[in-house]
Parts: sequence; structure tokens; C-alpha cells
Amino acid sequence: MSEDVGLPISHRQRLWLYCLGGLVLLFLIAPSIIIVIMSFSDSTLLQFPPQQWSLRWYQTYFGSLEWRDATIVSVKVAIMTVLVATPLGTAAAYAINRGTLRFNGTINALLTASLIVPVILIGIGTFFLYARIGLNNTLTGLVIAHTVQALPLVVLTVLSGLRSYDMNQERVARSLGAGRVAAFWQVTMPQIRFSIVSGALFAFITSFDEVVVSLFISGGETTTLTRRMFNALRDQIDPTIAAISTCLIVLSVVLLSVAQIFGRRH
Amino acid sequence: MGAQTAVMQENAGRAGPDLNTQALRTDARRESLRLLALLSPSLLLVFAIIIVPIGWLFWLSLFDEAGGFSAANYARFFEQASYIKTFVTTFKVAFIVTGACVLLGYPLAYMLSQLPRRAASICLIFVILPFWTSVLVRTYAWLVILQRKGLINSWLIDLGVISQPLSLANNLSGVVIGMTHILLPFLVLPLYASMKTIDTDCLRAGMNLGAGPVATFRQIFFPLSLPGLASGVVIVFVLCLGFFVTPALMGGGKVNMWAMRMEQTTSLYSNWGAGAALGVVLLVVTLALLGLFQWLLGARATGVWSSR
Repeated sequence: MSEDVGLPISHRQRLWLYCLGGLVLLFLIAPSIIIVIMSFSDSTLLQFPPQQWSLRWYQTYFGSLEWRDATIVSVKVAIMTVLVATPLGTAAAYAINRGTLRFNGTINALLTASLIVPVILIGIGTFFLYARIGLNNTLTGLVIAHTVQALPLVVLTVLSGLRSYDMNQERVARSLGAGRVAAFWQVTMPQIRFSIVSGALFAFITSFDEVVVSLFISGGETTTLTRRMFNALRDQIDPTIAAISTCLIVLSVVLLSVAQIFGRRH
Repeated sequence: MGAQTAVMQENAGRAGPDLNTQALRTDARRESLRLLALLSPSLLLVFAIIIVPIGWLFWLSLFDEAGGFSAANYARFFEQASYIKTFVTTFKVAFIVTGACVLLGYPLAYMLSQLPRRAASICLIFVILPFWTSVLVRTYAWLVILQRKGLINSWLIDLGVISQPLSLANNLSGVVIGMTHILLPFLVLPLYASMKTIDTDCLRAGMNLGAGPVATFRQIFFPLSLPGLASGVVIVFVLCLGFFVTPALMGGGKVNMWAMRMEQTTSLYSNWGAGAALGVVLLVVTLALLGLFQWLLGARATGVWSSR
């Protein structure tokens, strides 16, 4: 971490850089802010800034049975994905961190495969597989597919926690008579728990925001929120989606802040 | 006689360590098995959901519609104009978006790397928050901003800059703007991380030796930032090739990209062989680009994921 203290370049000489960087930051953040503001508009037209304010799009969102069902499906799937992906990913990260296995490179590549393989191919492949074993349009199918997408993030997050943890502490506990499980649970776990929580939060957002795979494998009773949004956007630009989008943005902000707070304490 | 004793002693000496190494080896083997047991559920899932279907699709792609073993599904890519057009569009979008990301992302990452730590971490929030906002939400936002009666057009008309609305959405420009916005953090984050590792002492030394700010940047900072830039470029380019949501929603049916073609061939026409062949080629191109990058720079492009 080198602080830029000694370079004899004044802030004024850098003004153009700050302007340019500021504009790019604006480009990155403006769309989200515009959507949040527009979601409180009273108009069906997309005016900005809105002439009159109201909560009608939120009322439409929460009042609609279809949107509510889709939201419930997404929340359920995301929670179950967290419950499956977090322990599996933590166990995998623990094993990788040892680094004693012969095929560590291959194992790493396999676990991070879902980050590299184009997601459209995963979608089509999963749909094709699920069609054979009857998992399309089921919660189980969605949870399994989302778990595979969330796993690498949990593994990478927990792994970064384990890297800054001294495994010798667990060995000391073992030599003092603690069993394997007790040593992990009482010594290692409390020290990497913030990474595990961050990993779990990332798993939640990954599942909740997942579009492409859900597009193929969810439907009917198990239509996820993102799938319904995608279909709605294909037809027309419904301002209800601005209200839903605002809820999703708020969710991201909240989860990221929690992850940040946990990260800092760690 | 003396020699015999020596041999016996040597044997006795060897028996001790032998037993020990054997015990250690069994222990290590057991430990490996335990670690494998910890890994196996994850590996099984990935194997079942990613490897098996892709292998299966690859197998399917080797048969034509009549069920005969043939390369027809692949030959089609070179013969049919519509496929060639899809590939040309995809690569065109990928090049434009990657270029735009470099032009916007490099100055931003450079600024972030030069700011004091606290200011940089506040600015980083503006990069990370969109990164974690749903792709759908951001595509919707750009639809609202860019469409015929959208913000940009109504502002420009109000200001009297234009009289007729520009067609910004539902064509190539909409797709490029939306995808640039979505993929920009994938370039900025690894680039910023690599710029932070550049030793300021090198820059200071350059300036002490009489180089101006521009020369210092061009001759010292820029070359040192190239590996980070390259990893961002590779990630953005590869993600562009397989991008689905934004072109599907913002292309207005005019911008037909690779991933959309895969969806159409499988969902609409149920031609699994052709769709699978498209997927296999996409995967091969992706892996080839990542492999080339790794070979050239000896770094893993997936590192970006741990930095987010």
C-alpha cells in the first residue's frame, strides 16, 4: 500500500484526471440513481425528474400476486442456495488451503469453472440435463444450479480468510486433545467467520440476481423474479419494474454494507 | 565378519526409519482422503451441472439431424451467411465494448490508484455497487435512459440540440452502451489492484532523474500497469462473447449475438445439435483466449473474482 505522498505533482496538475475519473464514476452510478428516483414518479410516462411523486408502482408491485409469488420463489431459492453453498464452499476452501493434495490445480479449475464457462452454455446444458431427470421448473433444480454458480465465490472468499489465518493454531488445539471437529469449530471457525458470512452474502446476491440459467430452468410455479422481469422487459417498459429494481438496488446496498462491516472487523 | 556386522547394523538402522516413513505415509494418505471427502460434494455438483451437460452437448453436436455421425453442425458456421453475420456482430460488439472499457476504465483506475486511501475506497464504492447490482436492473435503466422517449432524447429536444429523437436503444449503440456499463468494473477492479502494487519509489526515482510527469507516466507507470490492463481486457472480451441479457433486451432484434443465437436454436427451433456446436465453439474460443493470456503473462485471469 504505497500512499502517494512524495510525487511532485500538484492536485491542480491532476485536475483533468479527477474530472475524467469523476465523469466515469458518474456514468457508473447514474443509471441506478435515476431508476430509484423514477420509481417514485406518479406518471406512466418516463419523465425525469418526475412531475409528481407517488408510491403507486410499489403498490402495483406488492399488490400483484404474480410479482409477489416470483419474489417469494427467488427469496426461497436464494436462502436455500446460501444454506447449501456456504458449508460446501467452506469445506472445499479448507481442503484447498491445506495445499497438500496432488491435483490442487485441477481442483481449483473445476471449482471456479462456473466463472469461466459462458453462462449461456451452463443454462442450456443444465436445461438439457434437467429435462432428462425431471428437475426443470423445480425449486431443487434451481437451488442446485445456483449453488454451482455461488460456490466459487464462497470458496474464494473463505480461502482469502484462511490465508490470513495461522493453521498451526488448529494443530495446537489438536495436540492439546481436541478432536478434528472441535478444533475446527472452536478455534478456526471463530477466526474466519467473517469471511464465511461474506461468502454467504455473495452467494445470496448471486442466486437472487441470477438471470440466464433461471431463464432456462425456471417456469410456471417456480418462475423467479428475474425471469419474470426479463419477460416483462421483452414486451414493454413497465414502471413497476423501476420499483422492483429499486428494491433490488437497496438489497445490494444492504448486503454489501453488511459484508463491508464484517470485512472491516475481520 | 566385520563387514557382516556392519551390514546387520545398517539393516537394523534402516528398519526404524522404514516403519516411521510407512506410518507417516499412511497418515498422509488418510489426511488426503479426508480432504478429498471435504471437497467431494462441491466437485460432484460442479461435475454434474457443468462438466456432464457440456460433454453431453458436445457429443450431440457431432450428429446431424438424421442421427448420422457428421460435422454438419460445425460446417454450417462457414456455409450459412446468417451464422457468419452473428459471429461478425459478436466480435464487433466485443471489440467496441472492450475498447470503450479501456478508454473509460484506465483513467478511472489511474485516478483511484493515485488518490489517498480513504478517498479511493469511497470512490471504489461507486465501482463495486453497480458490479453487484443485477444485470437486469442496469439494462432496464439504460432502456429508460436511451429509448425514443427516454431521458437523453427528451433532454436534448428540450435543449434544442436535436429536433428528431435519436435512436439510441434497440440497436447496436444501445447494446454497446449497456454492455460497457455492465462490464466496466471487470476491467477497473483488476487494473486498480495491479496499479496499487506499482512501487511509487520507481516513479519518484524517475522524476528525480529529471523526467517530467508525462514521461514518468509513459515510460514507467504505463508499462508497469500493462499486465493488469491485459487481464481486464481479456476478462471483458471473453464476457462480451457470451453476453446474453443486454443484447437480447436492448438489441431490438437487430443485434444478433452468439449467445442469443444459441438460445434461439435450442429454445425456439429445438435444434440441440446446432446449439450445442455453437456452445462448444464459444467455450473453446473462451478457453483459448484465457489460456493464451495465462501463457503470455503467467497470471490467472480469474483473479478478478477474488478482488470484488
